[in-house]
Amino acid sequence: MIRASSLAAWNSCERALDTLFGGALNPLRHLGALAFLFFLLLAISGVYLYAVFDTSVEGAWRSIDDLSRDQWWLGGLLRSLHRYAADAFVLVMLLHLAREWLHGHYRGFRRYSWLTGVPLLLFAFVGAIGGFWLKWDRLGQFSAIATAEMLDWLPIFSAAFTRNFLGNEAVSDRLFSLFVFVHIGVSLLLLFLAWFHVQRISHAEMLPSRPLALGATVALLTLALLSPVMSQAPADLSVAPGELAIDWLLLFIHPVMYATSPGWAWALSAGTLLLLFALPFATRSVRPPVARVDAANCNGCRQCFDDCPYAAITLLPHPDGKPGNEIAVVQGELCASCGICTGACPPSTPFRSVETLTPGIDMPQSPIGALRAQLEARLAAMGGDHRIVVFGCDHGARASTVEGTDVAAFSLLCTGMLPPSFVEYALRRGATGVVVTGCRENGCEFRLGNQWTGERLRGARQPRLRSRVPRERLRVAWADRGEEESLHAALRELRKLPRAVSGPIRRLQRGMR
Amino acid sequence: MSRAFSWIGQILLYAAFAAFIGVFTRWPSYQHLQPDHALVKLSLIHHGQRVGECRQLSAEELEKLPPNMRAPMSCPRERSPILVEVDIDGDTVLRQAAQPSGLSRDGVASVYQRAEVPAGVHRFDIRLRDSARTEGFDYERIEVLELRPAQILVIDFNAGKGGITLQ
Ligand code: SF4
Ligand code: SF4
Repeated sequence: MIRASSLAAWNSCERALDTLFGGALNPLRHLGALAFLFFLLLAISGVYLYAVFDTSVEGAWRSIDDLSRDQWWLGGLLRSLHRYAADAFVLVMLLHLAREWLHGHYRGFRRYSWLTGVPLLLFAFVGAIGGFWLKWDRLGQFSAIATAEMLDWLPIFSAAFTRNFLGNEAVSDRLFSLFVFVHIGVSLLLLFLAWFHVQRISHAEMLPSRPLALGATVALLTLALLSPVMSQAPADLSVAPGELAIDWLLLFIHPVMYATSPGWAWALSAGTLLLLFALPFATRSVRPPVARVDAANCNGCRQCFDDCPYAAITLLPHPDGKPGNEIAVVQGELCASCGICTGACPPSTPFRSVETLTPGIDMPQSPIGALRAQLEARLAAMGGDHRIVVFGCDHGARASTVEGTDVAAFSLLCTGMLPPSFVEYALRRGATGVVVTGCRENGCEFRLGNQWTGERLRGARQPRLRSRVPRERLRVAWADRGEEESLHAALRELRKLPRAVSGPIRRLQRGMR
Repeated sequence: MSRAFSWIGQILLYAAFAAFIGVFTRWPSYQHLQPDHALVKLSLIHHGQRVGECRQLSAEELEKLPPNMRAPMSCPRERSPILVEVDIDGDTVLRQAAQPSGLSRDGVASVYQRAEVPAGVHRFDIRLRDSARTEGFDYERIEVLELRPAQILVIDFNAGKGGITLQ
């Protein structure tokens, strides 16, 4: 209930930003890629900071403070960028997590990505907090002591950490080596885990498109210029910090601990992580059937392999034994049951003169042969001036809402399941127009379905919609649930066209009669 | 939507994103220690006394032991828990009992607590029990100190420096 209303609110925000940015540049649709971008900025600025950082008690504060005072145009700028990129990283990571949760993307075949994503939260905060200690100012002192007090609350540590900060003489250069290890070591671990996190998706968007990357980087650089990060007074362990300008996005756990207790801070942080870990196991969902390969119809062309968004397909030697022949093999546990592979498979073209259309790869719950049969039956039964076919999907705008006497609507598992030749086939079989619809741009439930379909229809991706298909008879309307008005608009446009289809399709229509 | 409107909208959104980060990385400020207060930290790591007395082994008992383990005295390994209390101006402000660490309870017992006190002159009465006794204390130190605002006073224990230390 809460999730449903939050999702509705989220979708409204996403759509509002779509109108400003367009789907390809909408930051809310590229949160994972933005996180990678901010990590890259962190790495670049971090390399410079590490090069000038003095890992000694005496030198740590000065080496960083000098950057802001004597070299604001490079070191100071990079230092500020480093901090702001860390804030931005944590922010987009939390938004990414929230978005995936709202969409229910933590169960089934996505469980792996969820479970490898949750620990990134921990690594991100630990790495970021460790960065504050390095500059060894009042804020670093506060954070280091708060962390030590929190760790020492655990019975295993016997107050070992807090004693490192009892007085200035207790702090040694060795401690700074530990700080460096925590900050850089944990950040590298985070990167390593992030690699696992994206392992099960193909064509992973590791960086956002150039305008989006540029916009985000310029925004942070401008902030770094206008409001540079400065060190607070040097740490002094004989004096307790009073009023502190604190980075709430990264250090909020410290005030939470002092407002409650270390036990509560642990309960909050460990409890949240455990809850997130448990989420995929708390809800049981019935897994739909996965894609199935038909050896007799698979020629090993690899198009399904190229287009599968979840890297669920591998190629193995074909059982027919012919040298060089390959066959697609579906790894069931990775398969999202989206059917995008069927849309990519050349033998799924409806023009094949076989009684039962069986492609190389198909979805048992929604075979492509059944789609052809239904399409033929519906077109044959339709009279009137206009016969419009709508191909939609189960996740975007509901195609069934426009069903009518002159409209035959079909809902696929994903729009990406539609072999583009079905558009030509429908027109040749008497349709006067075709609408293809699916989730909004960059909002595909299965990541790439509408992107691949768009490219196939434009002739930019295999299998292509042939150029002879009159494009004025085709409307593409990317629309989410509740945005069915876009379908009606597309239908209105098609109804305005003259009934007769012109050009080669018309000749072919005549030939088929 | 006009291109100009889209551009302005995008710029405003990037600016809002940057402003959000810029603001919440420093505002609102956090009052860690109240103004005109000092911080008292009680932090000590201490071996409590052994729970039992060392005992001279008899000749027969020594005879039964392997030759390399024939120490004349047998001392129990287990240590007493420790109890520390700090009274400030007559009120017990800090109090913690701690068990020795280790499976055989022969390790150190550690204590860590903190308390904020108004700056000014205070009378500290610090007591530590580290033996098996059930009443009274093995160490006590009474001091009258003036604490400056934001000063950190560390109460520790160092047997080599006479027991309870203040720094
Ligand atoms: S159904 Fe989707 S996830 Fe499964 S193999 Fe086909 S394209 Fe890949
Ligand atoms: S696209 Fe079809 S024919 Fe090509 S490898 Fe995949 S299943 Fe086989």
